[in-house]
Amino acid sequence: MIALLTRDLRLGVRAGGGFGLGLAFFLIVTVLVPFSIGPESALLARIAPGILWLGALLACLLSLDRILALDWEDGSLDLLATAPLPMEGIVSIKALAHWITTGLPLVLVAPALGVLLNLPGPGYLWVTASLLLGTPALSVIGTFGAALTVGIKRGGLLLSLLVLPLYVPTLIFGAEVARRGAAGLEVVTPLTMLAGITFGVIALLPFASAAVLRINLR
Amino acid sequence: MASIWEYANPVKFIRTTDRLLPWLSAAAVVTLLVGLVWGFFFTPDDYRQGSTVKIIYLHVPAALMAINAWLMMLVASLIWIVRRHHVSALGARAAAPVGAVMTVIALVTGALWGQPMWGTWWEWDPRLTSFLILFLFYLGYMALWAAIEDDDTAADLTSILCLVGSVFAILSRYAVNFWNQGLHQGASVMRAGALAGDTEERVSNVFAVPLFVSMAGFALLFIALVFLRTQTEIRARRTRALMARERMG
Amino acid sequence: MTLHAIDLSVSRGGVAVLEGLNFSLSPGTALVLRGPNGSGKTTLLRTVAGLQPPLAGRVEGGGEEIAYAAHADGLKAMLSVSENLSFWASVFGTGDIVAALRAFDLEALSDRLAGTLSAGQKRRLGLARLMVTGRAIWVLDEPTVSLDAASVELFAAAVRTHLGQGGSALIATHIDLGLDTELLDVTPFRAVWRASDPDEAFL
Repeated sequence: MIALLTRDLRLGVRAGGGFGLGLAFFLIVTVLVPFSIGPESALLARIAPGILWLGALLACLLSLDRILALDWEDGSLDLLATAPLPMEGIVSIKALAHWITTGLPLVLVAPALGVLLNLPGPGYLWVTASLLLGTPALSVIGTFGAALTVGIKRGGLLLSLLVLPLYVPTLIFGAEVARRGAAGLEVVTPLTMLAGITFGVIALLPFASAAVLRINLR
Repeated sequence: MASIWEYANPVKFIRTTDRLLPWLSAAAVVTLLVGLVWGFFFTPDDYRQGSTVKIIYLHVPAALMAINAWLMMLVASLIWIVRRHHVSALGARAAAPVGAVMTVIALVTGALWGQPMWGTWWEWDPRLTSFLILFLFYLGYMALWAAIEDDDTAADLTSILCLVGSVFAILSRYAVNFWNQGLHQGASVMRAGALAGDTEERVSNVFAVPLFVSMAGFALLFIALVFLRTQTEIRARRTRALMARERMG
Repeated sequence: MTLHAIDLSVSRGGVAVLEGLNFSLSPGTALVLRGPNGSGKTTLLRTVAGLQPPLAGRVEGGGEEIAYAAHADGLKAMLSVSENLSFWASVFGTGDIVAALRAFDLEALSDRLAGTLSAGQKRRLGLARLMVTGRAIWVLDEPTVSLDAASVELFAAAVRTHLGQGGSALIATHIDLGLDTELLDVTPFRAVWRASDPDEAFL
C-alpha cells in the first residue's frame, strides 16, 4: 500500500505526470473571472469565496481521468488486481495520491489567489479550512467516477457528466463555509456537514469504487 | 401463478405485457383526459393565483412521477444486483428517459407557474433546484448506459451508479434546502385530507379530486411507457444476442 | 500447491468461448496452452488468474498463489528499471530484485527509465517482475512476444529454475521453449451454443 502511494506520488511529480497542470488551471480561471465580471473590488470580494471553490473543483475535475486510466492502459491495473492488495485499498490509495498531488496544492495556493479577488480578511482562514476539509471528498468521489469510466475510450467528458452532480453537496457546504466565514458569520453548521460528507465518502465510497473497478476488469 | 419472478423471463414478460398494454394505454389516456379536462375547465380559479393555478394538474403529477421513476430504477437496480434478472436491468434502463422527460415537464411547468407568481421564470428555489440536479442524475445515468458496449457490464455499472446517485441525490436535497430556504409553497396536496381545519395552504377538495385523477393518469401513463420501452429494450437485446450467435457461427 | 481447473467454462463479453476444461498443474510442472488466435486462451488465463469469474465450473488452488503476466507489462515509463521492479517487489512483500535483474540480464539497464527501453527490453523487465512476486504459479499470456532468441533462452532458463524450486507455470505460447512440458490444445473445448448461455433467455 505504501509502495503504491510512493509510486503514484513519484509518477505524479515527474515529467508528464500532470503535476502543476491543475494549479495552472486554477490560476487561469481565477484571473479570467475579473475579466468577465469586471474589476469592481466590492463585487469581486463578495464572489471570491465561491469562485475559489468552483475553480478548485474544476481544477480537480481536470485530472480525474488520470487516476486510473493510465494504470488501465499499461496493464498495471490487471497486475495490481492479482496482487495481494484489496481493491478497496487500491482505490483509496489512488484517491489519496490524487489528493496529495492535486487537492493539497490547490488548498495551499487558494489564499494567494484570494488576494487577486480581493478576498476579505477572515475569508483566508475559512476558504483554506473549507478546501482542506472538502477537497479529499472531491478526490474520493472523483475516483469513483474514474472507476466507472475506466474502460471507456475518451471517457473524460462522460466522467465530468457523472461526477459533477455528485459534487453538488460538497460544493454547497464547502462554499457556504467559505462564504459565511468571509462575511464573518457563524460557520459551525456547514462546517460540520462538510466534515460529515468528507468522512462519509472516505469511509463508504471506496467499496463502491472497488466493486465498479472489479466489474470493469472482467 | 408460482411467483412474481416468473415475469423475469423476457419471453413471459413480453407475452404478459402485450396483453396488458392496450388496456393500460387506454386507461392512461382516459384517466389523463378526465383529470386534465376536469382540472382545466371545470374547477374555479384560485382567488389569489387566478387561472395559473391550473398548471398544478401537470406540474405536481409530473414531479411525482419524476421521483417515482428514479425510485423504480433504484428498486430495479437492486433486483438486478441481487437476483440478476435481465428484465429488471432493462426495465431500469427503460424508465430513465421517461423519468427524465417527467423531470423536464415538472421544471418547465414550474417555470411557467413561477413567472406570474414569483415574477421570475427561474428562481433558485430548493425544490426547483433539486429537480434540476435530479435531471443531471438522469442524464449521467443514461449517458453511462449508452457508453458501454457489453450489456451485463453496463447493467452492473449503472446499477451501482443508481445506488450511489440516490444517496447523493438525498444529500443534495438537504444541502440545497440548507443553502436557500425558498419561495416554493409546501407540499400542500397530501395534507388536504389529513388537516381539514388548515385554512391557507391546503388545496381544497374542488382542486384535489381532479388532481388525484391526473396523478393516477400520469402513473398509468408511466407504467404503460415503461412496459413498452422495456419490451423494446428486450427486443434490442435479443437482436444483439442473435447477432453474437451469428458471429460465433 | 496444485492448480485444478474443474469442468471450467469461460466467457468473453457474455459469450461462452471455452467449456468443459479439466486440467491440473502440480508443482514442478508446466502446461503449455495451444490454439489459434481468438480461441479463448487469454480469456482462460484471465479466469484462472481470478480477474474474471468463470461461466461455469471452478478453479481450485490458485488465488493468492498466482502471478499473472499478460500482453501489457504494467511498466511506468517515467520510473527506472529498478524502481519499476522494486515497486512490484514491495507490493508482493518480497525485497530482493537483484536476482530477477540478473536472470533477465537487466543489471546494466537498471538506472534507465523504462520508457527508453526497446520493446524486447521492456518485455524482459515485465517477465522479471514474475520473479519478485515470490508466487508459485506463473500464469503467462504469450510471454515471448518481441523477445529475440537469446532472450527466449533467458526466459526458458528462468522458467526452468522456477520449476526446479517447486513452482509451476501455465503458459500460452506458440514457441517451443525447450522445456519438458505438457501440451493442452484448447481447440476441442470451443464452446457451442446451448441453453446454458447467459443470453439464452433472449433467444
